[in-house]
Amino acid sequence: MNASITPITMPKFGLAMTEGKLAGWMVRPGATVRAGDDLADIETSKITNAYESPAAGVLRRQVAQEGETLAVGALIGVLADADTSDADIDAFITQFNAEFSAGAAEEADDIPPEPSVMDVKGRALRVLDIGHGEGDPIVLIHGFGGDIGNWLFNHAALAAGRRVIAFDLPGHGGSTKDVGPGSLEFFSSVVVDLLDTLGIERAHLVAHSLGGAVALTTVKNAPSRVASLALLAPAGLGPDINMAFIDGFITADRQKTLIPALSYLVHDKGLIGRKMADDVLRYKRLDGAVDALRQVAAANFTNGRQTDNLRPVLETAPPTLIIWGKDDEILPSSHAADLPDAITVEILPDTGHMPQMERSEEVNTKIRAFLSH
Amino acid sequence: MSKKSYRQAINEALRLEMRRDPRVIIMGEDVAGGQGGSSGVVDAWGGVLGVTKGLYTEFGPERVLDTPITEASYIGAAAGAAATGLRPVAELMFVDFVGCCLDQIMNQAAKFRYMFGGKARTPLVIRAMFGAGFNAAAQHSQALYPLFTHIPGLKVVVPSSPYEAKGLLIEAIRDDDPVIFLEHKVMYDDEEDVPDESYTIPFGEANLTREGDDVTIVAFGRMVKLANEAADKLERQGISCTVIDPRTTSPLDRDTILDCVADTGRLVIVDESSPRCNMAADISALVAEEAFDALKAPIRRVIPPHTPVPFASVLEALYLPDAAKIEAAVKAVMNHKVTEAA
Repeated sequence: MNASITPITMPKFGLAMTEGKLAGWMVRPGATVRAGDDLADIETSKITNAYESPAAGVLRRQVAQEGETLAVGALIGVLADADTSDADIDAFITQFNAEFSAGAAEEADDIPPEPSVMDVKGRALRVLDIGHGEGDPIVLIHGFGGDIGNWLFNHAALAAGRRVIAFDLPGHGGSTKDVGPGSLEFFSSVVVDLLDTLGIERAHLVAHSLGGAVALTTVKNAPSRVASLALLAPAGLGPDINMAFIDGFITADRQKTLIPALSYLVHDKGLIGRKMADDVLRYKRLDGAVDALRQVAAANFTNGRQTDNLRPVLETAPPTLIIWGKDDEILPSSHAADLPDAITVEILPDTGHMPQMERSEEVNTKIRAFLSH
Repeated sequence: MSKKSYRQAINEALRLEMRRDPRVIIMGEDVAGGQGGSSGVVDAWGGVLGVTKGLYTEFGPERVLDTPITEASYIGAAAGAAATGLRPVAELMFVDFVGCCLDQIMNQAAKFRYMFGGKARTPLVIRAMFGAGFNAAAQHSQALYPLFTHIPGLKVVVPSSPYEAKGLLIEAIRDDDPVIFLEHKVMYDDEEDVPDESYTIPFGEANLTREGDDVTIVAFGRMVKLANEAADKLERQGISCTVIDPRTTSPLDRDTILDCVADTGRLVIVDESSPRCNMAADISALVAEEAFDALKAPIRRVIPPHTPVPFASVLEALYLPDAAKIEAAVKAVMNHKVTEAA
């Protein structure tokens, strides 16, 4: 087999993904690509995402056609240098497909891990706990209106060699819809309760948006429980908040009205599909969900401004990485200005409020590098 | 969240609402199936198709009322109970049996709010199974939702999947007007992910199960599944379809239908009810009146013939719309050529 040949296979975005649709090729056959260039758009039942080239080379074959749905791991294209003969490429494809179909039969009962609802000091929380390894575990904290699905592209990647726990905050996803006062103090106490229940002394908190403010509040109230902070577009560092998003998210009751609100979340508006809107609507239809969102919004975004200023927490915080999309339309990336020197700030271009989805590879790499120091 | 059947989803909706609200009661023939027989087994079947199984044992004879075989009396009693403060869910078993109690529904329950000057509320749900495909013959196979849709004062729900059934039934039970809730008997074993919690799906809001550029397909109940099967096949042939599940025939989400027809310019309606004055006819009139200029081809209806539902399985299959007939109708509207007048 020719060593210069790299198979391009259907990626696995998130634990539950078993197949994907090749929505479109971004590169023509014969074109030269660098590692990290967008090769194709892959559509899953949740979201459409760009597939970045794992290597440099020439795209010699598009094995999968646009619109085709294939199992994770199936061959969709072949990358090689220009010198590799067509015969070698053909032989490679034949051999790959023979081995893949044999392997697929063996892995047929490889069931993705399912979240479970657990009792956390009297509260029902939906938790997805995966991975093992040395070192403090990671706890992922989503933002307003989010759930564990927000970590679709990150959870498994971060869990290579480490325990990583995602959970739905009260009021969200599959957790209890009782949010008490809906304040940061409340959510932060739930994070500590979760750590206690899981027997975790200290965790790295990877947190998004309002979850970032929850993580900062946890540092303020229980500093010994937080090993480090990786904050993605966190709340709590400035007054501005896009209330058109918050209000639209709360009030929209159909796909047509919800999609414009969700579009604020991303730089590439094409990412927001009907299926994503439908998942949000399904959550919002649950008894108590909309009341919970209203309570959280009232507690944290009074009069269209963020209620809590958590900048002082960063003066004495544990090691902190902040990642922000330059084009964030929910919380402006300017909130990352003038922070203490010890804090690493990464502003990603062409990225909206969900860097962990829009720039998942880059965000995963940065968080792993940050945690390995 | 776990996979649940259409039957389980409906059972769970009833159970959760009965736990939440003591005014919710169940009435009907055999709803505590097997009860009162000589075997000594309590609730052996849970209704003729097992939909109410376990409710009698959890809520007892005061809230799960096994009625005599007299639709006129217990549907009338349910309407009266609703008007006087309970929230009854009465089961008609087969919708075909509405012939025995139409006055109680059409002239009484549906009219109370109007006749009593808006002072009466009638939070009544009538559940019934409908539809062909079961070889149950002409008196047990009809799809009578157009009959109820015709009557002002009734809300009419035709859920197309387990997820839809649970959310729409909880909405029906919490609604303060009479709701006819029609379950397709061929779908009871269909499964999909259904949340364990209570949730509601509002009436009068259509669901787009897919969006496409070429043809809009409107389908009801089990026909939604067949329309999606046809649309999958058509997509591989380069024809992309929007599939609309209106969820409720009354109220009807006219706006979504008109918006989608404006986008695609072509309309196919799939309706398994008898073709005269059915939903396909109703929606055809709506679109012809409101969106005539958007149409690039005549509207096509995939409908049964105007006959009783045949018993023989071969004839029943011939009678019913299916994915192949839907596919052919979509191709027909795609291939339509406008002929210029001379």
